[in-house]
Amino acid sequence: MIGEWLDIGWLQEIPVRGSRTVPVEGGEEIAVFRTGDDKVFALVNRCPHKGGPLSAGLVHGHSVACPLHNWNIALATGQAKGEDKGCTPVIPAKISGGRVLICRASTLKAAA
Amino acid sequence: MTHHINRPHLVVIGNGMAGCRAVEELLARDPNRYRVTIFGAEPHVNYNRIMLSPVLAGEKTFDEIVINPRDWYDGNGIELVPGDSVTGIDRAAQTVTAASGRTVRYDKLLIATGSDPFIIPVPGKDLPGVISFRDMKDVDAMLEAADKGGDAVVIGGGLLGLEAAHGLTLRGMKVTVLHLMPTLMERQLDEAAGWLLKSELESRGQTILTGADTAEILGTDHVEGVKLKDGRVIPASLVVMAVGIRPSTALAREAGLAVGRGIHVDDHMITSDPDVLAVGECVEHDGNVYGLVAPLWEMCRALADGLVEAPTGYRGSVTSTKLKVSGIDLFSAGDFSGGDGAEDIVLRDASRGIYKRVVVKDDRIVGAVLYGDTADGSWYFDLLKKQEDISDLRDLLIFGQAFAQGGGQADPKAAVAALSDDAEICGCNGVSKGEVVACIAKGAASLDAVRTGCKASASCGSCTGLVETLLAVTLGDAVQSGPKTMCKCTSFGHDDVRREIVVQGMRSIPEVMQKLHWSTPDGCSSCRPALNYYLLCALPGDYQDDQQSRFVNERMHANIQKDGTYSVVPRMWGGITSPRELRAIADVVEKYDAPMVKVTGGQRLDIFGIRKEDLPAVWADLNAAGMVSGHAYGKALRTVKTCVGSEWCRFGTQDSTGLGVKLERGFWGSWMPHKFKMAVSGCPRNCAEATIKDFGVVCVDSGYELHVGGNGGIHVRATDLLVKVATEDEAMHYAAAFVQLYREEARYLERTAPWIERVGLQYLKDRIVEDEVARDTLAARFWYSQTFSQDDPWAERVAGDAREQHAHMAAFTPIRTEELA
Ligand SMILES: Cc1cc2nc3c(=O)[nH]c(=O)nc-3n(C[C@H](O)[C@H](O)[C@H](O)COP(=O)(O)OP(=O)(O)OC[C@H]3O[C@@H](n4cnc5c(N)ncnc54)[C@H](O)[C@@H]3O)c2cc1C
Ligand code: SF4
Ligand code: FES
Repeated sequence: MIGEWLDIGWLQEIPVRGSRTVPVEGGEEIAVFRTGDDKVFALVNRCPHKGGPLSAGLVHGHSVACPLHNWNIALATGQAKGEDKGCTPVIPAKISGGRVLICRASTLKAAA
Repeated sequence: MTHHINRPHLVVIGNGMAGCRAVEELLARDPNRYRVTIFGAEPHVNYNRIMLSPVLAGEKTFDEIVINPRDWYDGNGIELVPGDSVTGIDRAAQTVTAASGRTVRYDKLLIATGSDPFIIPVPGKDLPGVISFRDMKDVDAMLEAADKGGDAVVIGGGLLGLEAAHGLTLRGMKVTVLHLMPTLMERQLDEAAGWLLKSELESRGQTILTGADTAEILGTDHVEGVKLKDGRVIPASLVVMAVGIRPSTALAREAGLAVGRGIHVDDHMITSDPDVLAVGECVEHDGNVYGLVAPLWEMCRALADGLVEAPTGYRGSVTSTKLKVSGIDLFSAGDFSGGDGAEDIVLRDASRGIYKRVVVKDDRIVGAVLYGDTADGSWYFDLLKKQEDISDLRDLLIFGQAFAQGGGQADPKAAVAALSDDAEICGCNGVSKGEVVACIAKGAASLDAVRTGCKASASCGSCTGLVETLLAVTLGDAVQSGPKTMCKCTSFGHDDVRREIVVQGMRSIPEVMQKLHWSTPDGCSSCRPALNYYLLCALPGDYQDDQQSRFVNERMHANIQKDGTYSVVPRMWGGITSPRELRAIADVVEKYDAPMVKVTGGQRLDIFGIRKEDLPAVWADLNAAGMVSGHAYGKALRTVKTCVGSEWCRFGTQDSTGLGVKLERGFWGSWMPHKFKMAVSGCPRNCAEATIKDFGVVCVDSGYELHVGGNGGIHVRATDLLVKVATEDEAMHYAAAFVQLYREEARYLERTAPWIERVGLQYLKDRIVEDEVARDTLAARFWYSQTFSQDDPWAERVAGDAREQHAHMAAFTPIRTEELA
């Protein structure tokens, strides 16, 4: 059976205030973030500015600073913060029983 | 009780908090509806399980925590079967059978079996002396062990574990808490509150080890200790496992009821069998399981309503937590994944040990963490549950109910203006309002001027807001804004923060944020790397590097490029290489399909286009040829550029290559406020361009000219001559003193050139050239810190350290639509 959520691993496998990546065959890479208060978020691993890999950015609060030119992206919405304008697609993510789950449909869309 | 006999029979499995509460609720609605029998595995009447912690701590006796004494059961015609656990349910026959063999028939069955403690499956888990913390029997076992004294280990730094640790400490045991996560109670607390809690518990004599992963419990016929995965062994005559609980579902599962993480129930607490109900920790409702009592009360209400046919239904619960450890006030509620538009309101008051964080979204509270002052916990929780609009209270929300709703005090300016002249403003330095006002009257027109003028707000900074208000009240528009603060998270500038780290002996990022009143929960991308550096520099060997506070290049030990790939530069000491190294580099270029290899401005070879996942393998290959990281990515010593010098050049006066190698071998690995480059030229023709480097040596016949503060960047700056020395050893010594002064006093991301222009060349000369003692101590501090920093980060990564930074977490191959059809 195909569930609605993809199980990608234990929460502990993502460093606190860090992220891990999930490549999607034939499509975009997904960045899965774990914040200081142990929440998870997932975004397409591409900055709306010039495509920087957000997974390599510095996670602070519920934002990530892009490693290339330091745009701040809100993890929950994918929106660039402050003066900058742009948006990265969000993949719904959640924790269940210590496992990290990401939304299958959105992941498929990222692969399209 | 013959008159009961014709009533339908309600059988309850579990004489715990939920089972009995459900019966109470039912009796309150209709005392004559059912005949009730309760089976309980424990040999007791119903008691308040959450009060086991105070019993362990010696603050309560068992009798004081009994909820329903024997009389209650008898008076309501309830048959209690204590000390007999139910072993089977036969749904077809509608009977339950207990361990004693007793079988009874039910009309309605209520399962309230609670949870089983989770026991981590490590060797030694079954040894005598290893217990959980769940019921009175466990408390008795702990009390017996504590009577003998000695060492206890509590595995698990959550609510339960910390309460057990507290009780055992009060009972005289030496307690170590092992917690897998970096923060205590990580599910309820953010890092700042977790840090405060840890400091408080440590000051009470407990040892708290975070990031501690249990490998094994040691002992032959009784526990003797716990071994961690990193090899550490902690002696213990008692081990309490409090790592979590699991809904107790075995009975329900065997009876064929629908069970997920817990027993599935609907809004009326009915399981997949309409005659079987379930409440408490053993159930799963709408995907959620609960481990606290508040939701149980709501479930029991819904259940009782259903049983008397006035269904209201249960809709899930929002939960809050308090830690029952005397003297520690801690409250947490709701959710912190605020998402779009969520904002943190943070208040830190270091001198009183208070931390408050309220998460607000769309003018509604969605979560709160309070530490040190929890008086307003229930108020926030109430606002949260009712989803009340707080836009009118917003500015004062964080100060609590009395302040936010206390009309008259609502204008902070008026409140400050109304203070008497001898009211204390700055607790650290004992400065009164009168003194601050006098200082302002004497001409101090900015926060910084007040700080230097009368010391108010110059220490912990908790009164910064008050001082600013006083400035505004006294001067109106004439207030000058202070020097640039470090970032938007703090009102302090870089120099203040550095000074306070050293003066107050601060040891970690959360500690700095707490004591200096950061306004964000965990900083931002500007302050975190700076703080990490300041702490590393102040506490070499002592401060644990915080990887997540470093920029990507330093975290990955390679340079990120515009397409997201990395470039890799191995060290070539003094710019010298060998066939073996060149071959290794050439092999790497071919093996990993690197699209380009380039000679850099610093005379090193840079391999471009390496994928993140391949980095560890590339490093392993380079390590195998004896090469280490060139730190070409770091705020650190990068290269030492050299010319060929006296060894080959007809003009060379000294061995510039040799000195360059020596410098690089001595200084590599040292972290700096910014990137740092050196060069050594063999004569004033200066082929190594030493006069545009942070530290440059120009060799002359009579010795070595030492130059500082050069920069080939956007604003080209030639060096200043610091001093001329006669020997290589002196050159090394001065270099160490200079580098250390820069490391200790420049602001993060300030290169040597702007730093020297800011402080003046004369200042450097005074410290390094004129003052021999200062020079020697600076150099000594530098060499000391180098003893901790000269490990190759690549080799560490290859050894598996922080492997997760490079590997994908999972991969996903979409199933084609035709396969789905
Ligand atoms: C030390 C401690 C401190 C806590 N502190 C707090 C706190 O501060 N705040 C808070 O909200 N919550 C706290 N909790 C959690 C709270 O106690 C539980 O959420 C609550 O007790 C759950 O109620 P329950 O009826 O579902 O389970 P329980 O109260 O555990 O009751 C289940 C009962 O069923 C019995 N049973 C199980 N299987 C069988 C069987 N087959 N036959 C017969 N009987 C059976 C068990 O023996 C047990 O007595 C604490 C828990 C502990 C252990
Ligand atoms: S700096 Fe002087 S010694 Fe060095 S290579 Fe140039 S000319 Fe020769
Ligand atoms: S690519 Fe992300 S900030 Fe420029």
